[in-house]
Amino acid sequence: MITNISLVTVYCLDQDETQDFYVDLLGFERAVDITVGDGFRWVTLKHPNQPELEVTLMTPGPPLDEEAATFVRRQLDKGGLGGLGLAVDDCKKTYEELSAKGVVFIQEPSERPYGVEAVLRDNSGNWLVLVEKRPFTAADFT
Amino acid sequence: MTLGLLPHLRRAHDHIDRHYREPLDLERLSRVAGVSKFHFVRTFEAAYGETPIRYLTRRRIERAQDLLRHANLTVTEICMLVGFASLGAFSRRFTLLVGESPTAYRDRWAARGGPHVPGCWLFMRGAVQQSGVPRSSVQQFERSPGPVADGSVRP
Repeated sequence: MITNISLVTVYCLDQDETQDFYVDLLGFERAVDITVGDGFRWVTLKHPNQPELEVTLMTPGPPLDEEAATFVRRQLDKGGLGGLGLAVDDCKKTYEELSAKGVVFIQEPSERPYGVEAVLRDNSGNWLVLVEKRPFTAADFT
Repeated sequence: MTLGLLPHLRRAHDHIDRHYREPLDLERLSRVAGVSKFHFVRTFEAAYGETPIRYLTRRRIERAQDLLRHANLTVTEICMLVGFASLGAFSRRFTLLVGESPTAYRDRWAARGGPHVPGCWLFMRGAVQQSGVPRSSVQQFERSPGPVADGSVRP
């Protein structure tokens, strides 16, 4: 029986800088930071409200092959890669607070059928979606 | 295209997303990217599938659609809010890209009775100041890849 989702991956360019961004600015906590035998560094974060779900920060390299790693790196560089979807209690307030800390938003809070949504850039080039959810049905999109 | 160029182009792309209300031109955008104007247009189009100015226009129209659906503002106010200087140019561009006029688009959505964001909130939040000058934004966490020398990049 599968009990829950325990791990998701966010690709980054620099594990230290990205860790700092998620911890210092977005409110994540450091979970694991170990380097295994061959120099492979395993870094995970967790959110205090959801400690059972770890986010691993992976650089585009092994176990990706060269072609895949190049693709991921290019997508990060050009800003095409989506990172996490994050739930917020008050999107406009969070937008103001994070902006004041220096977080770059590429979309200000906007009304969507599913709630109020803003989009920010992390310091690797991922876009992250912040959504203050509200109930919706498929009809809201037609 | 060399790998090192993409973060430069992304800075310009993000700049359009964030500052579409301001009068942006290729001069300004290529400076944000740190790439010569000539290379900027070609490499931006190669990376994103459309020219910077075309993307800027689409971004402004997309923002206008959003405001027309949800904000309690006039078409003229929305036209100015998304960075167009003339209502005529806005209406023509909008109709061309969306397939109906801004007014028709707004009325069609209004008929659905969806909730509207009060226009005052958009002004209050600083989308546009009374003077019409967009507020500046914090940029210290934007990655700064440094300038690319003119002509150093061959896509």
